[in-house]
Formats: sequence, structure tokens, C-alpha cells
Amino acid sequence: MIVRGLLVLLLIGFSASLFAIDREPAFTDPALQARYDRLTEEIRCLECQNQPIADSNASIARDLRRKVKEMIAAGKTDQEVLDYVVARYGDFVLYRPPLAPRTWLLWGGPFLFLIIGLLVAVSVIFKKSRLVDDEDELEVEETD
Amino acid sequence: MIPELGHFALILTLCLSLALAVFPLFGAHQGRASWMAVARTAAAGQFVFVAFAFGCLVWAFVHNDFSVLYVATNSNSALPTPYRIAAVWGAHEGSLLLWVLILAGWTLAVATFSRNLPERMGSRVLGVLGLIMLGFLLFVLTTSNPFDRLIPAAMDGNDLNPLLQDPALVIHPPMLYMGYVGLSVAFAFAVAAMLEGKLDSDWARWTRPWTIVSWMFLTLGIALGSWWAYYELGWGGWWFWDPVENASFMPWLMATALIHSLAVTETRGLFKSWTLLLAIFGFSLSLLGTFLVRSGVLISVHAFASDPSRGLFILIYLAVVIGGALALFAFRAPKVTSRQGFRLLSRETFLLSNNILLVAATALILQGTLYPLFMDALELGKVSVGPPYFNSAFLVPIAPLLLLLGVGMHAAWIKQDGQSLFERLRGVAIVALAAGVLLPWAVFGSTSLLTVIGCALGLWVLLSSLIQPLARLREGKGLTRGLVGMSVAHIGVAVCVLGVTITSAYNIETDLGVQPGETVTVGGYDFTFQGMRRVEGPNYIADEADVRITRDGELVAELKPQKREYRVQKSPMTEAGIDGRMSRDLFVALGDPLGGGAWSMRIQYKPLVRFIWIGAILMALGGALAASDRRYRVAVRHRRREKEPVGVPAGEPA
Amino acid sequence: MLRYLIPVVVFAVLVGFFWVGLGLNPGEIPSPLIGKPAPIFELPRLRDPEQYLNNADMQGQVSLLNVWATWCFACRQEHPILNEIAESGVVPIFGLNLRDQRPAALRWLEQLGDPYAATGFDGDGAAALDWGVYGAPETFLVDADGTILYKHIAPITHGVWRDELLPRIQAAQNRQ
Repeated sequence: MIVRGLLVLLLIGFSASLFAIDREPAFTDPALQARYDRLTEEIRCLECQNQPIADSNASIARDLRRKVKEMIAAGKTDQEVLDYVVARYGDFVLYRPPLAPRTWLLWGGPFLFLIIGLLVAVSVIFKKSRLVDDEDELEVEETD
Repeated sequence: MIPELGHFALILTLCLSLALAVFPLFGAHQGRASWMAVARTAAAGQFVFVAFAFGCLVWAFVHNDFSVLYVATNSNSALPTPYRIAAVWGAHEGSLLLWVLILAGWTLAVATFSRNLPERMGSRVLGVLGLIMLGFLLFVLTTSNPFDRLIPAAMDGNDLNPLLQDPALVIHPPMLYMGYVGLSVAFAFAVAAMLEGKLDSDWARWTRPWTIVSWMFLTLGIALGSWWAYYELGWGGWWFWDPVENASFMPWLMATALIHSLAVTETRGLFKSWTLLLAIFGFSLSLLGTFLVRSGVLISVHAFASDPSRGLFILIYLAVVIGGALALFAFRAPKVTSRQGFRLLSRETFLLSNNILLVAATALILQGTLYPLFMDALELGKVSVGPPYFNSAFLVPIAPLLLLLGVGMHAAWIKQDGQSLFERLRGVAIVALAAGVLLPWAVFGSTSLLTVIGCALGLWVLLSSLIQPLARLREGKGLTRGLVGMSVAHIGVAVCVLGVTITSAYNIETDLGVQPGETVTVGGYDFTFQGMRRVEGPNYIADEADVRITRDGELVAELKPQKREYRVQKSPMTEAGIDGRMSRDLFVALGDPLGGGAWSMRIQYKPLVRFIWIGAILMALGGALAASDRRYRVAVRHRRREKEPVGVPAGEPA
Repeated sequence: MLRYLIPVVVFAVLVGFFWVGLGLNPGEIPSPLIGKPAPIFELPRLRDPEQYLNNADMQGQVSLLNVWATWCFACRQEHPILNEIAESGVVPIFGLNLRDQRPAALRWLEQLGDPYAATGFDGDGAAALDWGVYGAPETFLVDADGTILYKHIAPITHGVWRDELLPRIQAAQNRQ
């Protein structure tokens, strides 16, 4: 029973992991096609095990790709496309997390860690450089 | 019968690992030589039995014993034999057994090659490895036994997942596990040192080769995973920041930091408690990876099993092993001090920066990977953190790291004269910057700030790594393996960075519907779709396309991409056709038939993409060279004038 | 020195999160449409393509909208319970037949019973996208004025009906 459940999961997971090529023609305008490519990489396929809609043939991925194409063709902006999917599926559907108080720690993280690291480095170097005297003659034999 | 023998062998292994965990550690504590001597024998014994158990499982696969549940779930009589063997580690239970086998192998290696260690130290190291083994074996035997029977036996198996039916399955997991598990050795050395209560340069000298070798395997394992995803999944991507990919990358970053930190401890006796912490972190992140893949707390294409009950066992194990080591650290590290110093401009500073930046990178990847879990647990909603975040965030610590890397390898210990350093590197810096600005634009016709930064940094590291070896050759001095290893590894980093930068900036990807006989042009190459045929494989049937690639009328390659349907699992799979050269890859993957003989195809032009994996191979090669250098020893003679010794406050981190 | 305790403390916090995480389902996506008006839709009816199912049909009463399809294995599991609900008359159920084939869908209802007051045929899934549907089965609880009160993902079981849907239905009906 568990085995069957896992198998079903595997089947769904792997058939959906075949990357995605649309049956509808691509945009003739390369700028529009570039927008389409970018947007479909940012929207998550909700039936899949962590893939963007650009890389999956799951039915929800196909439907969403078609919707993105329609919206771009209708003149909507990138933000309007993203807002559309977020309004219906929540922030989870975007691979780029929103910038909001609850994600400040996430977006600020890289800089925060860098600053903490810098403070640690400064503190260590400061303490350690006091242990070295200028008058000391230091010989280092390196065999490499 | 054979599966039962395998099961029994595992139980015997458990007993031996219990002996290995208990006697040497108590023996070392009480100074009992006879108990400490148990270590070597127990290590050998446990390896023999677990190898036997593994052999039994392999036998069951090769002989299609579908009365074993694990075999029935993951194999099939039509599966070619090499894949039947690789299928042993294709799913949760078998891959755990592989983990256990490799851990036993490393333990035996440590037992064999550490005869120069003081007996107490050696016993403690092996004892810790025994404890780790004990936990894993309990996990396997109680929750994930690969020898469970299926009664009544299946007529035939469910076949191995088609995505795994590939040569890469034969080497990628074993390589990766060699790396993951190898970090347990550094961990064991760290815990042993904390138990001993002392840490010195000798300890660093013992630990370093083990760390470099496991780092090497991990490098190759990750590179193989990336390469495999690239050619197997069909979308031409090579890194997705998937939780499981991150789970392999983080230990690698920590191991890299550890190798460099050990250099400082070995040479100058500095950064001792910091090195201990890195050794603990490295293996902890390996274990964390195990937890993430098998517990279901995160969504991933790689997830083996989403079983919260197994997840709980692993979590408890994690808490005991890592929590125990970190608690020990809190008690013992303050006693580990050093009185040495160094100036602002010195090799120590650069290595300190290397460590800090690598830890910052690891921290941000960890945070990004776990953030969805944090938010969900705190009921702040659901969020996804994917490549758009990681690709930008990762640059923040890595760009400074690459910049400093080019300088750091030329800095002297303790004190480096700024002027001479500047003069040594000035030329290279200018060349790298100029080339970074001009070359991409000249070759590809366009450029961007990120491209310039990536190319300039890559070339900077590349050229800077060549300075020392070339200088020594010119002076007629010999090259040590340590120097060559370091240079080759750093060149590998540069090559990888260049590959990533160029392929990200200039790759061209087109989805097209193509009629038979039609030619399309992508990236300056002409792709002609010549027709389809049906092909039968051992356990699949496929539609195979003939695609002829020419450039300026000259034939470049003939590719045969396939769309396969595997008979048992009925899942469709695409096998891309790839023409690979150092300078570029041409990539063709089939989509769906569009009617009238036309097919949709994804065609890609990917410049310098091979550099990514070549760079990784170079890194591993550099590591091998460095690890084999026995003369990597530095003596610092410190002539002090009459001065009072400077008091070092207890508990300094270095 | 206290700073050496930082790693073990941070680790303990992480373990706490993992512990909680083991009980969560990372793949379950709550609907942001709860508390908002139902999306405007108009679908041809399954039984009579000339007629349409739209928001007006659902207006004026508390109702359920159930997303189903013949290709959905789990929909079979919940179908008997939908039949029971329909029989009890507590709340009308409307169907949204997702990306399906008309003949197969009609046959399915013949074989398994038709609990739906009416079913809309969403062949290309466009309406489902508007509702934030990403799989089947999914069930929405809609208030008399068209506000979405609740969304349940996965098959409806007796437990779900008793603990999640019925209390909310009764509360909404009392408000009317």
C-alpha cells in the first residue's frame, strides 16, 4: 500500500519532470520571448517536486505557461503577470520571495553575515596584531 | 537465504560497532591498553561484515530476487546488469546501506593508516567513528532494512526510475557519499581532540590529508551530479539550488574552509577552536543533508523518501551527535588557546577572510534553503526561495572571496610587506581587469557588468595562481606537490568561475517546432532535422531524431536525440543529443510530435559550459596533489628580544 | 566564555524548527482567495453545453464547488462521500470538471452517481486557474454572497466533513 503510494508519487513526479516545450509557437518578437522565458523560470510548478513551469510538462505548468503567453500578448507587464499568479496561489508560486518584513532577514542575510564576519575579522586581527612586535625577526621556512 | 544472511551480517556489524564505540573510548579515558586495542580489530571486523551484507544485496539484485521488497520496488528483469547493481543505491534503504559501507571503509582506512597517532588519540578517533556507525546501523535495522521480504514474491519488479538508468548513477552517489562520509573523519579527529583536551599542530597535520581527500571526492561527486542533471534532464541546466543540491554544496564549502583553516593551525598553531568548529560543521551539514533528503520537511526532486517517522529518528540522531559535539565544544574550546600573533597584512588574515566568507556563503545558503520551513513553522505563510534569490545572494560573499584569493596565496605568514605584494600583483591585476572588460565583448559582441566582474575575477585568480609556480621554475627551483596542488586547485576555481560566467551570460536557448527537412539557425550553427525513426532499447522504445549540424556549410556533428518510453514505468523520458567541445556545447532535446511529422525541439548553444566541470576536476586534482605532499611543513623560528610575554586572555578564538 | 555556547544554542533552535517541520506539509498551499469574492466564471454545463454555470447560480445560498476529473484517482475515493452529502441536502454541491473529456465525464457520473446540482465543463483549465486550483480534487466552500470561506485540498473524508466543512457551513447558514 505504501509502496503503491510511493510509486504513484514517483510516476507523477517523474513524468512531470520532463522539461517543457510548448506546442504554441514562440513569440516572433525576441523581446517578448525573452520576457516569457524569464517569467516562466520564476513561476513555480505547483504539482512538481521543485521545478519552474518552464521545465515541466505537468498540466498546471502547461496551463500557467499558456496564461503567461496570453497575458504578454495582451500587453500586460511582467509585474501584472506575477501579481496574477500570486493573487491566486500565494507567494509560494514565485521562486523570488517577496520583499516584506517577514523576508527582511532573508534578503538582508547575505549582507548581515558579511558584516558580522567583518566585525569578527576586525576583532581577531586587532587582538592578534598586538602580539607581534615590529622588532621581532621572523623566519619562515616554507618547503612548499 | 542470501538476504537473510545479509540481514544477519548487518546485525553482527551492529555488535562490532557497539564494541568499537564503547571500548576504545572508555579505554582511552582510563588508559586501558587492551580496551583501546579493540578499536583496530572491531574496525576491520565491521567492514568485513557490512561488505558481506552489501554483497548479499547486490546478489539479490543481480539474480532478480523479487521476493526482497527493495529489489521488487527498484529493479526489473529487463534492466541491464550494470544498472541492476547501481539500483542497489537507487532508493532510500540501499543508499543508506551504501553510506554504512563507506563509513566502515573510512573507519578501516583510519585504523590502517594512523599507526603514527598516539594510541589514546587513535582510539578516540576510531571510537567516535564507531558511535556514528552505531547510530546509522540502528537506523537501518529498525526503520530501513533493505532485506525485508515481499510475500508473496512479485512476478517482476517495478523497474528502476528511468532517470536513474544512466552510467552516472554508477559513480555519482558513491563519489558523493565518499565525500560526505569522509568528513566524519575530520569530525572524529575534532571530537577526539576535545576529549583529549589538547590541540596542536600535530593534530592539524594528521587531520588535514583526510579532509583533503574527502573534499576531493565531494568535489567530484557534486560535479558529477551537475553534469548528470545537465545531460539527462533535457533542459540544459546544471544547478538549480534545489535543497538537496544545497545540502551537498554546504558541506563542500565548510570542507574548503576547513582545509584552509587547518593550514593555519598546522603552520602556526592558530585558529584552533575555529578549526574544531569547522570540522564539526562540515560533518554536521552532511548529516543535515541526510535529514533533509529523507524526512520530507522540504520539497525536492531528489527526495528519497518523505517519511516523517524516519525523519524523527534521523533528527534525534542529529541532535545527539551534533548537539553533543557542539556542547563538548562549548566546554573544551575555551581551554584551547594560542599565543601567536599576526599583522593585518599577512597570510593569516587572508585565510581568516577565506574562512569568514565561506562561512557567510554557507550561512546564506542554509538560511535560504530553510527559510520556507522557518516561515511555515512560525505560521507566517508559505514562500519559495529559488534561483532568483540564490544567484544574486551567493555573489555577495563570493565576489570578495575571489578577489582576496588572488592576493592571499602570495602573502607571507605573520607579516607581509604591502609594497612588494602590490608590485608583484599589479601587472596581473591590470591584465585581468582589461581582459575581463574587453574579451567577452570582443568575442560575443555584447557585455554586462556581471559578465565583466565574473570574467575579471576568474582571470585574476587564474593568472595570480600561475605567478608562483612560474617564478620558481624560472629561478630553477623545484616545485613541491603542495605548491602545484594549491595552484592547480585555484586554477580550477578560476576555470569554473569563467565557465559559469560565460555560459550564464551568453547561452542561447530556443524552443521551436521543426518540420522534417527544415533547417534552423541557433548561435551561428545550422540545425537540420532530417527525420525520425523508431528504436528499441533493452527496456524501452524510443523515437529517435536525426539532426545534422553544420556551420558555414561544413559538417559539425550528427546528433540523435531520443524520446523514450520505458515499458514498465510508462514514463516518457528525453535523451538529449549533445555535441560537446571545450569552447561550446550544442544541445538538442526532443519535445512532442506536432503532427505531420513535425516535432518540437529545444536547441541550445552553450559556450564554455564544460569549463564548469573541468574546473571541478582541476580542483580535485589539485587536492590530490596537495594531499600527497609529505613535506607540507613550515617551521617558524621566532626570535624574540627580551620582552615580557604578552598575556593572552583565555578563550580567544584563535 | 559565553560566546562558545552560541553554536550549540543556534543548533538547538534549528532542531526545534525541524521538529515542528516534521509535522508540517511543505507541499500544501493555502489559498489566498479565502475571504475574497469568488472569481467570475462562466462555464458550459457538462450535461447541456448550451446552458451555462456561473456565479449567479451559486448566489443566494451557501454552497460547495468541487473540482474533479476522471483522470483523478483520488476523486474516486471522495465521490461516495460527495454522494452522501448531496443526499443529506445540507448544502448543494457544484462541480467543476477539469481538463476532461465530456463522454468520459458523463459516463463517470452515470457509474458513480451524480451529487452535483450542476457541473461546469472546464476543458482547458482556464477557469480553474482563476480559482487558484492546481490539482484535483479540491473543494471550495462559498458563502451566499459569493465570498470564498474555505478551501480543502485532497479528498474529502468523513473526518474532514465533520470537523472542517460542516461547522463552517452551519455557521455561514446561520448568518444568512
